[in-house]
Parts: sequence; structure tokens; C-alpha cells
Amino acid sequence: MAMPSSLLWAVDIFGRVYTLSTVGQYWELCKDTQLEFKRVSAVKQCCWGIACDHQVYTYVFSGDVPIRYQEETYENQRWNPVGGFCEKLLPSDRWQWSDVSGLKHQQLDSFTLPSPHWEWESDWYVDENIGGEPTEKGGWTYAIDFPSTYTKDKRWNSCVRRRRWIRYRRYKSRDVWAKIVSSDDPEQLPDPFNDISIGGWEITDEPLGRLSVWAVSLQGRVWYRENVCHHNPEGSTWSLITTPGEVVQISCGPYDLLWATLWEGQAIVREGIDRNNPQGISWSIVESPSSENGIMHVSVGVDVVWCVTKDRKVWFRRGVNSHNPCGTSWIEMVGEMMMVTVGLNNQVWGIGCDDRAIYFRQGVTPSELSGKTWKAIVSGRESDRSQTGSSTSLLSAGCFFTDDIQNQTNAIIQGDADTSSDTELSSVPVNPASTPLMGAAASSSGNSTDSQTAEIPANPSLDPLDSDQGEATVASATNEKANLEVHKSSANPNPSAELQWTNIDLKEAQKHPVLSVSTFADTSSLSSLGVFSVGADDQYGTDEHPLWAWVSGGGCLVDLHSPLKWFTASSGLSSSVQSLSLSITPAQTAAWRKQIFQQLSERTKRELENFRHYEQAIEQSVWVKTGALQWWRNWKPHKWMDVRVALEQFTGSDGMRDSILFIYYMYHEEKKYIHVFLNEVTIIVEVLNEAKHSFALYTPERTKQRWPIRLAATTEQEMHDWLSLLNMSCCESRRIQGPPSHHAIWSVTCKGDIFVSEPSPELEAGPQLMSCDQMFWRQVGGHLRLIECNSRGVVWGIGYDHTAWVYTGGYGGGFNQGLASSADNIYTQSDVKCVYIYENQRWNPVTGYSSRGLPTDRYMWSDVSDWYIDFNTSGGTDREGWQYAADFPASYHGHKTMKDFVRRRRWARKCKIVTNGPWLEVPPVTLWDISIIPSSAADDEETVALWAISDKGDVLCRLGVTQQNPAGTSWLHVGTDQPFISISIGAFYQVWAIARDGSAFYRGSVSPNKPAGDCWYHIPSPQKQKLKQVSVGRTSVFVLDTNGNLWYRQGITPSYPQGSTWDPVSNNIRKMSIGPLDQVWVIADKVQGSHSLSCGTVCHRTGVQPMEPKGLSWDYGIGGGWEHITVRGNATEASRVAVQDTSEENLAVSKDGEDEESKGKTEHFKTPLMVSESQELDRNSVNC
Amino acid sequence: HYPIGLLFDLHASNTALPWSITVHFKNFPEKDLLHCHSKDVIEAHFMACIKEADALKHKSQVINEMQKKDHKQLWMGLQNDKFEQFWAINRKLMEYPPEDNGFRYIPFRIYQATTERPFIQKLFRPIASGGELHTLGDLLKDVCPGAIVPEDGEQKTQVMIHGIEPMLETPIQWLSEHMSYPDNFLHISIIPRPTD
Repeated sequence: MAMPSSLLWAVDIFGRVYTLSTVGQYWELCKDTQLEFKRVSAVKQCCWGIACDHQVYTYVFSGDVPIRYQEETYENQRWNPVGGFCEKLLPSDRWQWSDVSGLKHQQLDSFTLPSPHWEWESDWYVDENIGGEPTEKGGWTYAIDFPSTYTKDKRWNSCVRRRRWIRYRRYKSRDVWAKIVSSDDPEQLPDPFNDISIGGWEITDEPLGRLSVWAVSLQGRVWYRENVCHHNPEGSTWSLITTPGEVVQISCGPYDLLWATLWEGQAIVREGIDRNNPQGISWSIVESPSSENGIMHVSVGVDVVWCVTKDRKVWFRRGVNSHNPCGTSWIEMVGEMMMVTVGLNNQVWGIGCDDRAIYFRQGVTPSELSGKTWKAIVSGRESDRSQTGSSTSLLSAGCFFTDDIQNQTNAIIQGDADTSSDTELSSVPVNPASTPLMGAAASSSGNSTDSQTAEIPANPSLDPLDSDQGEATVASATNEKANLEVHKSSANPNPSAELQWTNIDLKEAQKHPVLSVSTFADTSSLSSLGVFSVGADDQYGTDEHPLWAWVSGGGCLVDLHSPLKWFTASSGLSSSVQSLSLSITPAQTAAWRKQIFQQLSERTKRELENFRHYEQAIEQSVWVKTGALQWWRNWKPHKWMDVRVALEQFTGSDGMRDSILFIYYMYHEEKKYIHVFLNEVTIIVEVLNEAKHSFALYTPERTKQRWPIRLAATTEQEMHDWLSLLNMSCCESRRIQGPPSHHAIWSVTCKGDIFVSEPSPELEAGPQLMSCDQMFWRQVGGHLRLIECNSRGVVWGIGYDHTAWVYTGGYGGGFNQGLASSADNIYTQSDVKCVYIYENQRWNPVTGYSSRGLPTDRYMWSDVSDWYIDFNTSGGTDREGWQYAADFPASYHGHKTMKDFVRRRRWARKCKIVTNGPWLEVPPVTLWDISIIPSSAADDEETVALWAISDKGDVLCRLGVTQQNPAGTSWLHVGTDQPFISISIGAFYQVWAIARDGSAFYRGSVSPNKPAGDCWYHIPSPQKQKLKQVSVGRTSVFVLDTNGNLWYRQGITPSYPQGSTWDPVSNNIRKMSIGPLDQVWVIADKVQGSHSLSCGTVCHRTGVQPMEPKGLSWDYGIGGGWEHITVRGNATEASRVAVQDTSEENLAVSKDGEDEESKGKTEHFKTPLMVSESQELDRNSVNC
Repeated sequence: HYPIGLLFDLHASNTALPWSITVHFKNFPEKDLLHCHSKDVIEAHFMACIKEADALKHKSQVINEMQKKDHKQLWMGLQNDKFEQFWAINRKLMEYPPEDNGFRYIPFRIYQATTERPFIQKLFRPIASGGELHTLGDLLKDVCPGAIVPEDGEQKTQVMIHGIEPMLETPIQWLSEHMSYPDNFLHISIIPRPTD
């Protein structure tokens, strides 16, 4: 699986742009080499640069998701008694073509592409969707008069109508340098540019994908590019920003930090940059660290500033943070640099003063922002490598050997000529000049005889040089030494060549196969071996290392765990050294190793297997862990009380472990205790609590009560020790170990914790249905917002920061230790989440501010940002983020009216968690929703259909997902007219989706051969409801609306997969998951237990039968605090249900569709289903 | 104070199985053996052995960098017979810097069934000055020449580790990494070869 990688950008002194990947080893030339560049500034998704023509260019990476923009205009008509609705409008009316408000005249042909980098996707078409409801043909909406509210129904008094036309344009200049064409007034145009810096994409709460682009012109003026964002990668215009002096260079960090340098040597710092004002408000001046030498170059990160003064000294600014962007003082760092660049994660690179090599600052961590040492990046360039590479491939063709051998007999005569050419070679080591020579050699070798070529494969065990030596000896009929002597004398005129020869004796030379490779590639004479090895050395030495002019790390993510391959030269030398170090021959290894294993297995047989019938003498020991915890006491008033806790583990005679947890407490001066058998515990879950590290233990009984045993530890570490031990004991007593099965049910709590449960066959069918409060849940490491899976073990998750993760097949992670966690497949995972707090104010007097602690005040969460005002609160906000209402608590709105006496605003804070778990990131597209086909034909090689919604609302289809490669290969974008929020694919490739306006869509003709289908069919929503989620099982389609109502799609038949009507099933639902057996599981909003009420509870629909797909009633499971569940892996009851099904479904079919056609289709569906089910059955027996 | 496996190698290697053990519940031989009065004493003894072994292998650097809970996990893993738990920590004790090719010294003890001497323990490096790996044979030649068979002579002794006889060509570094006891020592028994 590919690790996420990012790029370091650099420009060499010839203006060529190179990139170096964090997982790569070579500098790769930028794909578009048309232009030479002076400077570049990169972020993850794009790079901006100033070319040698002083023009600005942007390089946007190609991706799976297109950059598209929707243009819209409205066509307006008025009813006229003679001709009906017509284009003739009243003089007071709006134009026939206008924008939505009617104020702006917008004809279809007035829309032009903003630059040559765009193209139209299609022609204009009418949008037939109004507010989530399909309109009549033509897309008209009607009203009494302009401007008004429009309805889709035409009434007697509808005098005007309008319809919306839309057209998409697509940005096409990706993976090329696109010139920023300025449509500005030429008078206003900036003079040629000198420096550029991009950043600002993390300014808190700004729209996703916005970018700040700053440039400095030759006259020292600063320009800001307006409106650069994801769907407008070029921006619109340049705005002049006044500065206190002439600026030479500028640097913009990912957040709100922006520094620039002045001609006079001071730095200026931009203040007041925020969401409303990405350009900032004012400048502050920071003096240079030394009075004689002004600042020449500055670079900023999240909260760090580095600078280089005119004497090339490097400085680090102390005390920079979001409250004090100017910092406090300079610290001088070791090293002299031309420039420095601060990248993601505050990592730093520089270009060395003397050697113009790029150095990476090692050891930059959050606690040590200035790092430890500079380390040179010695990566070669792709172009260098390809030369070596080509010679190797030529060699493998065998042509040079034959050539060599033929010449060998004439070596004495040819020697002089060859050596002289070699001498030239060595002085110009690997250089384009040598290429023609190689070509010549290759062409001459083309004449060689076939018989000799054939000898090479005959000696595969010998290394190339070795075999060559041997044959050379035969051919020339002299011994090797003599041969060498001859060459030595012939090489005499060149002192360096002689030196080499005295150093390399033949034995050692044999151990340098790669060196010899390059030798043969360039010459046909043996005598060149020594000479060229000098050249090979130099190739990676100082002469050939690239000289750099500029470097940008703004898109390069390096963290502590990234293994970088930048610091070792990948020359032939190193690999030959490696081959030298293999000192033990395989034969020797085999002998002693084999003997040890053989003896050990004999010993096992002798000492154990012969005594199998002996009774185990395991002591039936009691093993106890005790400690002090706090317990949320049972009786009123409920409060935390100190208790002693003891866990006793027994090992039974059958080797089974069983455990009891005792909680000793005082009740009216009397010592009492409660105890729990751990084999009855169904889940142990961490609970959010203001000040305590607390967790809850549930048993089926306590689940019914909604009253778990709650315990708290004083430190997080102590709690995790207990959690780990208790979890392990629970798993042991239930004999559960290893990774979850493919059928596992996954769920996620509101804390982002992940739980998994092995479904029992009695869960879905059988005479004695298992109630879902009996289910045992164990925790899996990681932090996710949702998980989706299928019955073939493909599991994906989405984090709170929308990062996509794929399950690796491991288990444990998080706090789990030792046996409870797999050794492989556990990786570091991070997630970013916002926590909110409300600031409430009464209009007069001010009531003051909330000062309550954060719900996540725990040390696993570290602050990423400071508190900032959140403008996305539902109900809308004003410019300062306030919402208004008549009184608390009430519904809020975003503008002040006369009746409003209170206001509130929501403050948000970004928190970052770093944990680990069996998850690997799937970069780069961030996701909102995901769905995996529940089960399909059991062929392991077959691709698994996986659909997703990006966090921007794009519908995506993942290609190349198989059981072996669950991450898949790439995304296929599926066009939509609006952003989507939910998607689901059923067992027979029925794809349903929900758009952001709450309407449902069915995707037609999706099949394994046509993974993206052909078109969307708009399905009307239930009356007056906006939908928010859809889930499709085998044949059932359920949707959930924003009011928490669950609906079943009635009338779906194979010939009419869209169905006919929505049937209500239940209210009080937050989220749902329909499984491959059409089983219905939900997260219920509120569930009342015998002791308490729980919010966010797992519930299971009982009585779901083929004839009764909506089921009968709810069975309540674990909760509250649950956010998400997926049962789409659970096909365990497939076989039994299928037997019932076939008979009953036949009934259903004959009732549903009388015609032959639909019957035929059903038959068609059923056949593959039965096949897959019998396979499922087999898999079960293997698993059990 | 010998590990039970070592006692078996030394005294019962060639006896018929099962091994009959006499357990004494009184008259502790206070003069001959150190009396461990509690579990804590055994734990302390075990940890002392691990520390001694690491002093030889890494100048104590690895064990000293570990936290108290890691030490505890080693002991708990052994006590509860949980290999994974034990090895998760012990793995670190078996590592060495790649440039070194091996430990500084090999922690080993050689026991001879025939002598009264408790055991032989000396400083022995896994890599010869020339860079080649020392073998089990090299070790015995160096510290216990009596165990090595004379060129022409008949083999009178057996060299046992964990109930098997590894070849004398086996690199000692490999044995130390893979055949050490939980106390991180390589316990090698030299016993007379049965005559039959």
C-alpha cells in the first residue's frame, strides 16, 4: 500500500524545476519543462512560480477529482392572455435572462471562459430540480409576480415563471505551468514580479480550498491575488498592498503568519489577517538581528520564523505565536545559507552558501522548533540515474560482453586508443557527452555474433565481470595477471589510471559488479575498468551534484516517523559495498541452522508429543490486580466515591481464564462490595467526562437499565492500564482473539472510539433470536467518524478531519498492549476535530461568559489552534459570529431584529489526536461518506464496488478495490449538478445517493463492467422532508430525513429499481445501516432504560422478513454516545435466510410483478446470489 | 538457582522421560542455596541477571533506558507465561547497532556436570578482531578447552543448550540472540556423552 507522499520543490541554477518526493530518492524534473523558473512556492495541491520572463505561472496537480465550476442563469417569462407564457415581459420586469435576484442581466452567450485554462463540460441545460423536488418537464417554477417565492406547481394566479439554466466549466491546465493571464486594466498592472509566496490555506474557518497568493514586484511593491480558491486556481485580480518601504521578498505561512523583507534590511510583519481579511490590516517592523547586516531573506511556518541576513547567517525568531506574530528575539543558528524555507509541520530546508546543496534541518519537533543539525540532501537527479540505468539495461542485453571478448584478442593493439578515450571520459564523468559514445558502442555491438551472446545466460551464477574475465582469458589464451600487466603498461600515459589499477586487484574487482556495469556500458575495453571507476565515483561526487537556486517546502510534509531516503547516495558504489558485507555463505547457514531446527522439533516430539495423554499440571492459580479508583455510586445523590478495585483471574482446569472484578466501597460505615463476572461484560468504553478519566462497564442487564458501572482513574495512563487489562480478560473469557472477522459489525462512539462485535448467527434469524444487548464489543485502535465495510473484509473509515483510512487487517492498537494487539499492521493515526463552546450574552446587561472546562480536557488531545469564532453554526451568524434570539433557550438566527434580547456565538477549537490503530491513510482526496457493495460474487480477484462522497460533495467511484488491495488504485469522478452528502450501493449494484438539498437520486446502469453507471434519476423525497442518509442492502432501500424519520422504499422490483413510494418506518433515528441480508440497524436518538435515558443507542429492527422488509419492532443494544454503526459485513445468516427466502420471495415476486419479464429478471438475480451464499457458508465453516 | 531447563540439561538429558523430581518441603539446605523467602526476591534475582547480561551486551545502556513498567512487564510476562508480553520488551535487549554486527560481549555461562565448580563465565566477544563471527566452537576452545574433542579422539562430551546439541560452527551471536534463557544468559551445559 502506498504511503502518503508529498513533494519538495526546487529550482537549480539553470532554472530547471525539480521535485523530490518524501518517499523517493531522486529529484524528478518537473513534467512541464517548457519554461525556466526563478522562484517557486509550493503547497500540497499546487505550485506557483515566477518564470524567467517575470510572469507568474501556476502548476495545479492533476487529480482524480476535476476542478469544475457551475455557471447559472435564469430564464424569466410572463403570462400573456394571447400567447400564454412568453418572452415578452413588462417594462418594470426583470430581463428575460438574469441572475437569481433578477438584478443582473445575464444572457447565455454573455458567459465566457475566464481564461484559456478552462473548457466547457457541456452546453447549457435546464436544471429540473427545485429545492430537492423534481419539477415538471422544462424545469419551470411559477409565481404571482417577480420577485417572489416560486413553486413548482402552476396555479390559476401564476403570472410569471422562471427556470434555471446551468453549465459547467472545467479547469484543464493541470500538471502544466499555466500562465496567469491578467484581465486587469493595463494601467493598473503590476510591474514584473520578483518574488512569490503562497499559503494561508489554514486560516481558521475560512472556506475550504482558499489560498493566499502574495507577490513582490521588481519595484518593491507587494501584490495580493484576489479570490484564489479550489474552483478558481488562478484567482481573479492583483491588488496592491501598501508597505512602509520597498519590499524584496515575502513569505506566507499556512495560517495567518506573513513576513516580508525590506531593502533597508528590516522585516515587516502583517497583522490582522483573518477569515474576513485574508490580506491583513497593517504592518509592524522587526529590526534585523545585526545592525551591520540587514535581513536578506525570511521564511515563515505555522508559528516559526527563520531568516538569513546579508552575511548569510541563519537566524531563528523566538516567541512567535498567533497573539504575537512579531516574536521576541533572534537566535543565531549554525550554518551559512543562501536562503531557507519553512514547510509543513514547521520543517526547514536551506540552500548552503558554499556548495549550493539543499540541507534539511533535522530534529525539528513541536518542542524543539529550531531543530538540531543541518543535513545535506544527496539525492541524485532522475536524469543522472537514467543514464546509469540505460547502461545497465544495455548490459543485460549482453551485447557488450560479446564485443569485449572479440576485442580482447586485439587488446594490446587497441589498448592505446581505448585508454585515451577513457581518459577523456574520466574527466567528464557521466555527462551527456558520454551518451553518443555509448550509442556508438551499442551499435558496434550490434554486429556481434549470436553464439557469444548466448553464453551469458549459460553462466547466470557468475557476476558479469567474472564471466567476462573467464572468457577473456580463454579468448586471449593468457592468464589474467598477464592480461592485466599488458593493460597496465598500455595505460601508462595516464597516471590516474595506473593508480586505479594498482588499487584494484582482480578478486576485489569481481565484487564490484555494478561498477563494472557502467564500465562496459561506455567502453569495450577491459583497461577502462579502473579509469572509469574514478568517473563513477565522481558522478555522485561534488562535480555533478546539482547546484540549487531556490527551494520550497510549503507542500512537503515530513514528520518524526517519515523515513527519508534523501541522505544516502544511491550510486553503484554503495550497492557493491553491500554485496561485500555478505560474509556467510548460504551453504554454511543452512547446515547449523537446519540442525538446530531439526533437533528442536525432535525434542518437542520426544518431550511433549509422547506425553500428550498426561494431564496438564497447570496450577489453578488466582492472579490479582488491585488498585484505587473512583466509582459513580448507585444511590442518590449520585457522586464519585473512592473505592478499592480488585480483578481476580482464575485459570480453570481446561485452561480457560475467567475473571471477576470486585468493587469495595463503604456504605454507612459498613464495608460492602459489588462484583462483575467479566464473561458477562459486553463492553468497556471510555466515557467523556469533564475532569475525570472515566470508563463504563456494561452487562446485558446494565444495558437495559442504561446504567453502567462507571469507574474513574486519576491519570489517563492508569485508566488505560485498567482498560487494557479488563479488555484482555473479557476477550480471554470469551475466547476471542486476533483480528475481527469479515462479518464483524463495526461501530463508532461520539468520542471517535472504534468498536467491533462478532455477530452470532442467532442475531438475525433462528428460533431463539439473540437480543442485541448481549453482543460483545471490543475496541480497535484509531479515531474515526464513520466506518463502512463489506462481507469480504474490505473496511474503510473516515476521520473527523475527513481523511480516508483503509483497514489493514490488524487488531488492537490504542491502549491495547501485548497479546491484545497485533504486531504488524498497526500504524500511527492522527485526527483533527473541533470542539465547541457557546458564548452567551443578554442584550443588556451582559450576562458574562461561560467558563466551563472543555469536554476533551485530556492530555491525548493537544491544541492545534487557539479558540476562534465559528461562523458555521446552524441558523447562520452575523459577521462577528453572533446569533440572535428572543430569549435563551430558543432558536437562533443570524441577524438582529427588534425582538431579540439575547445573542450567542459559538467558539470552536481545533484539537488534534495522535493515536495508533490498524489503519492506513488513503490520500489525497478527503471524504464525507462512503459505501462498499455488501457482497458480490465470491471470486477473490473480482473488484469490489466502492462509492464515496468527497468532503466537497463530489461523487466518486473507487477503482481497483479487491480483497487483496482494499485501498484500490484511483478515484473516478461521477458528475452531479450539486454537492452530495450520502451514498450507498446495494448488493446488485443499485447506487442511491442524497444531494445536499435533501433530494434522493438513483444511479442507472451501474455494473461491474460499467462501474460508474450512466445517469442520475431524481427520486422525489417524502412529502416536505429533506433527506440526509440512504442505505441500500440486498434489495431494501431505506432513507433517513433531517427530522429523524426512517423511510422504506416501496415498490422496488428488478425491472423498476427506483421503486414507487416512501413508507414511514420509525422516527427517532440518527443514523442507519442496512445489511446484506436487508437487516436494519440504526443509531436511535433517545432510548429510555429502567434507570436512565441514553442518547445515541444501537438498535436492531426485529421481524424483518422478505415479506416484511420494514420489520416489526426495535431491539435496544449498546448506548448512549454511539454515532455510527455498519452491519454491511454481516452476511452470516445468509444460508439459512436464503432457504426461507427462495420460497417466500417467489411469492413476493408473483405478487409484485405478474409479467414474465420481471420474473425472468428475478431469476437472473437469484442465481448468482445463491452461488455467493454457498460460498459464504463454506467460509463460515473455515472460520468457526 | 539454575533455570529448570538447565537443570534438566545438566542432570537428566539422557534419562528416560518423564523426569522424576523429588520436591522437598522441609530442611532447606540453607548452607548450599540462597533461600528466596518471597516472590519479590525471585523477581529481584531475575532482574539482576537481566541487568548483568545487558551490562555485557550494551554496557547497560538498553536496560537503563527502559522504564520501570518495562522491567515489570518482563517479569510479569515470565511469571504469567505470556511470551508476547515478555518478548515485546525483551526484543529491545536483543538488538544492537547495525554498525557493530553484534553485542559487545556474549552473556553466557558454561556448566559442567562433572566438576564441582559452579560455572564458567568470562568476557567473550561475538566478532573476532578480523571481523569474522565467532562460533560456539571458538567459545569452547577459548574458555573450556576440555569440552572440545581432540582432533583424532573420540567425543566424550555433549554440549547442550535447551535440550539440543547445536553444531560447533553455529555463530555465538546468533545463539545469544535466539537461544538465551529469559534471564538473557546463554546457559551451556557440558555433560558426558552416554556410552551406549
